[in-house]
Amino acid sequence: MRATTPRQDFVRGIWQENPVLVQMLGLCPALAVTNTVANSLAMGLATFFVLTGSSLLVSTFKRFIPHEVRISTYILIIATFVTIADMSLEAIVPDVHKALGAFIALIVVNCMILGRQEAFSSKRPVRRSLLDAFGTGIGFIIAMLMMGTVREVLGNGSFLGMSLFGPNYEPWVVFVLPPGGFFTIGFILLGLNWVERRKKHKPMVREWPEGVASEKAA
Amino acid sequence: MTVDGQHGGPTGAGAAPHKKEVPPWRLLATLGTAGAMAGFLIVFVFVATEPAITEHKAEVLRLAIQEVLKGPAGFDTLYVHDGTLQGQLPPGMDAEQVEQIYVGYAEDGSKIGFAIASAEPGFQDIIRLIFGYDSNTGTVLGMKVLESKETPGLGDKIEKDSSFVGQFDGASIPLIGVNARRRTGDEHEIDMITGVTISSRAVVRIINNSLERLGPLIEAYNGGGSQ
Repeated sequence: MRATTPRQDFVRGIWQENPVLVQMLGLCPALAVTNTVANSLAMGLATFFVLTGSSLLVSTFKRFIPHEVRISTYILIIATFVTIADMSLEAIVPDVHKALGAFIALIVVNCMILGRQEAFSSKRPVRRSLLDAFGTGIGFIIAMLMMGTVREVLGNGSFLGMSLFGPNYEPWVVFVLPPGGFFTIGFILLGLNWVERRKKHKPMVREWPEGVASEKAA
Repeated sequence: MTVDGQHGGPTGAGAAPHKKEVPPWRLLATLGTAGAMAGFLIVFVFVATEPAITEHKAEVLRLAIQEVLKGPAGFDTLYVHDGTLQGQLPPGMDAEQVEQIYVGYAEDGSKIGFAIASAEPGFQDIIRLIFGYDSNTGTVLGMKVLESKETPGLGDKIEKDSSFVGQFDGASIPLIGVNARRRTGDEHEIDMITGVTISSRAVVRIINNSLERLGPLIEAYNGGGSQ
C-alpha cells in the first residue's frame, strides 16, 4: 500500500476521490433526497456525523475487533450513530427530520461509510482516520449540494426556498421527481468526466481507494 | 505539510490479517460487547431527546388546533368512548389509546367548533391531517396536514399550496372534489390540484369519512352537553 500524507488523506475525499462523483458510492441518498438544497444539506451533515463518529470508533477499537466479525461490528457501530443522528435531528430540527423521512435510517446501508471503515479506518491511526472521514464527508456534502442546487433551481425555481425567477417561472417539475435525480447525476458526471479528460489529454487513470487493491490482492 | 512517513507508514495495514483461528467465544464477546455498548448509547440518547420530541409533537398539535379552529380562546379534549364523546375517561383507561377530538371555545365560552385529527392512505403513505368543523353551520373551518410522505414537489402541495389549503375554510360538508375547470361555485366543491389528484382526493375523502363517522357523535354531544 502506498503511504499518503495526512494532507492527502483529507483533501483526496473532497474532490479527486469524491465519494459520489468519482467513487460512485452513496448514490441512493444522492438521488433520493436531493430534491431541495435544504434536504441535501441536512442529509450531507447527518452522513458526515455518522461517518466521522464511526471512523473514530472503528479506528480506536480496531485492535479488539476480530477479522471474522469486523463487518458486523462496523455495521453495529454505524447503526448506532445513525440512530443517534435520527433521534437528535427529530429533537433539534423536527421539520428537517420530517422532510428526510426514512432516508436517515438508510444511512446505515450507505456503502460510502462502510467502505471508509473497511478500506481506511480499520487500518490507520485515529488521527488519520478522522482526517479521511472529514475529507470524505465534506466531499459527500459538496456532491449533495451540487445535486440539490440543480434540482431545486430547475424543478422549483428557488434556492433554499427563496424564489429566484418570480411567479411566472413554470417549474420543470421532473427535476424534483426521481427521474430528475438520474438526469442530474448523469449530466454532472458527464460534465466532470469531460472536463477531467480535457485537462489531462490522456485517458483517465482512476485511483481506487486505498485498501481496495490490497483486498483484491489478498 | 511534509510526507509523514513515521505515522503514515503501513502501521498494521500491510501486516497479514489474522492467520490464527480466533476462538468463537471471542467473536461472540466482541459482538456482545459492541451490542451492549450500542444499546447503552442509544438508550442514553433516547432518554435525552425524548422530552423534546414529545413536547414538539404536542406543540405541533396545539398549533394545528389553533390554526384549524381559527384561534379559539381555549379548547378541551374529548374522548371517543362507548360511541359517545366524553370529557373524561373512566379511570384506568389509557388516554393515549383512545381517539381524541378537540372542542374549541370563543372568549364568551360559546363553542366555535371541533378539531378532528384523522388519517387514511394517500398516494404514497398514510396522510394524517387535522381539520376544524363547525357543527352549527356544517362547514369546515380549516384544514392542516400533520403528516404525509407524498411526492415532494407534487403530492406535498396538499400541505404547501395555500390556494388548495385555503379552499377548506368555510367549505360545506360533504366535500366534493372537482376539476378546477368544472367548478360551478358550489360551496361543497374543492378544486383538485392538477397532477396531484390522488393526494387531493385523499384529503377530501379523509374529511368526509371522519365526519361521517364522528358527525352523529358530535350532534349527540351538542344536544346533550351544551344545555
